[in-house]
Amino acid sequence: MAAVSVENLRKRYGDHEALRGITFELGEGEVFSLLGPNGAGKTTTIEILEGYRPRDEGSVTVLGEDPARASRAWRGRIGVVLQSSAMYETLTVRESLATFAGYYERPRPVDEVVDAVGLEEKADSRVSRLSGGQRRRLDFGLALVGDPELIFLDEPTTGFDPGARRNAWEAIRSLRALGKTILLTTHYLDEAEQLSDRVAVLRDGVIVAEGTPADLTRTPATEIRWREDGQVHVERTQEPTRVLHELTGRALAANRELEELEVRRPTLEDVYLELTEDAGE
Amino acid sequence: MRLFVHELRTQLRLYSRSRELAFFTFLLPLILFVLLGSVYGDDTIDGFDGSSYLEAGMLGYGVTSVAFAGLAIFIVIRRESGILKRVRATPLPAWAYIAAVITATLVAYALNTAAVLALGRLLFDVPLPPHWLSLALTLLLGALTFAAMGLGLTVAIRSAEGASAAVNAIYLPMAFISGSFFSQHSFPQFLRAIADVLPLTYFIRMTRDVMLQGDEFWDHAGDIAVVAAWGAVGAIIALSRFRWAPSQG
Repeated sequence: MAAVSVENLRKRYGDHEALRGITFELGEGEVFSLLGPNGAGKTTTIEILEGYRPRDEGSVTVLGEDPARASRAWRGRIGVVLQSSAMYETLTVRESLATFAGYYERPRPVDEVVDAVGLEEKADSRVSRLSGGQRRRLDFGLALVGDPELIFLDEPTTGFDPGARRNAWEAIRSLRALGKTILLTTHYLDEAEQLSDRVAVLRDGVIVAEGTPADLTRTPATEIRWREDGQVHVERTQEPTRVLHELTGRALAANRELEELEVRRPTLEDVYLELTEDAGE
Repeated sequence: MRLFVHELRTQLRLYSRSRELAFFTFLLPLILFVLLGSVYGDDTIDGFDGSSYLEAGMLGYGVTSVAFAGLAIFIVIRRESGILKRVRATPLPAWAYIAAVITATLVAYALNTAAVLALGRLLFDVPLPPHWLSLALTLLLGALTFAAMGLGLTVAIRSAEGASAAVNAIYLPMAFISGSFFSQHSFPQFLRAIADVLPLTYFIRMTRDVMLQGDEFWDHAGDIAVVAAWGAVGAIIALSRFRWAPSQG
């Protein structure tokens, strides 16, 4: 059974249609990214799935329940990492985790979570003394302490320096290694590419592409560029081997050099930019 | 119930570690008591000994400071920073959280009351109240009322920065007009008219009569009704409009 299933989800704020009928599914143990620029509808989507926001239309099932009418038991099965890492500043790391652990029926042992997020040395420090990266790790710990099956991460690394991002990625990979189903939103491509099994690209409230990171870059054509007679030629093709063979064959026959010959597979970034820039506005 | 006790422990710990709350809960009321008591503690006010009269007013000031102002400010700050939203995503029921917050506030107010009574006894020779049960019931009614009003007020405040200003702009004039610091007899007519609708006026009058006249809690059905009515309004607003998510985003 799918951990999350969303069908024709719609949401409007006044005149603005934030979600215009999106559909996707998320299997158990899968890491799924909602990728898109700011304002694409990522946070609206994730907050509807978390049960924070009501939807206007469509059906949503998360772990077998409708989040808009979710039970307490359901809340015990999900973990949420919000964009802001607000916590009680005067509690220590251990106290924070123990406080949240107490909310769940079968929490993970606090010390185990402290280790899992690498905060052993800071376990008895107050939250106010943590660095930004350490706070984020505690954030993951708070989402993890209830031993949830499904974890929502809303832009887990926005505003991080590269080192802190790598640490956060490691933390997310370790969640995945524990077999957790993860839904994350991000506007960083490399993040989606690095972490997810599947990606849905969201633009203006519509999913414009969906698949594995490899799928997304496979669909568009390979680009072959070269210079001939002072002019740059670009050819896009689904059959790069044949096109390249013909091209080089012709050049060899004519005893010419294909200057600046280049064969390029589009990166996810190219695909993303193409998807989120063209059409529309 | 287990969740309530668990959460109460956290709330008490948070309370005990907050310097702001310690200042507004204990230091400020006690400083005011000492200052005002030194100025007119030896006078006779409305037929009562000045310090005794002031002590009842201080318990009234304490209830607005701890249960109304303090509670409203820290709830808005927690809401706007996203802490309440995070708590809401867990299986902790809303009632357990709110009940723990209110109970922690009651504990803080009990300590504030003990400090005011002790200070009055030691510094100004104010006799201890005659009917402990009636005093406890009176203070409990006041604390619950002002806590409900404080929770209701959070609905109207939209930012953490504005919380302190908005709350102070309401509770300080209210404490003044309701007679926390001096007798209302010298007040102009319009201030008395305002005072006549404020719950704190009735609460202070009731507290004073229980402490100084030997009245019992249940002798004051009229005062109880006015105070409880305000509490009910606060509770209704809080129950129907309380927000867990920050105002922006």
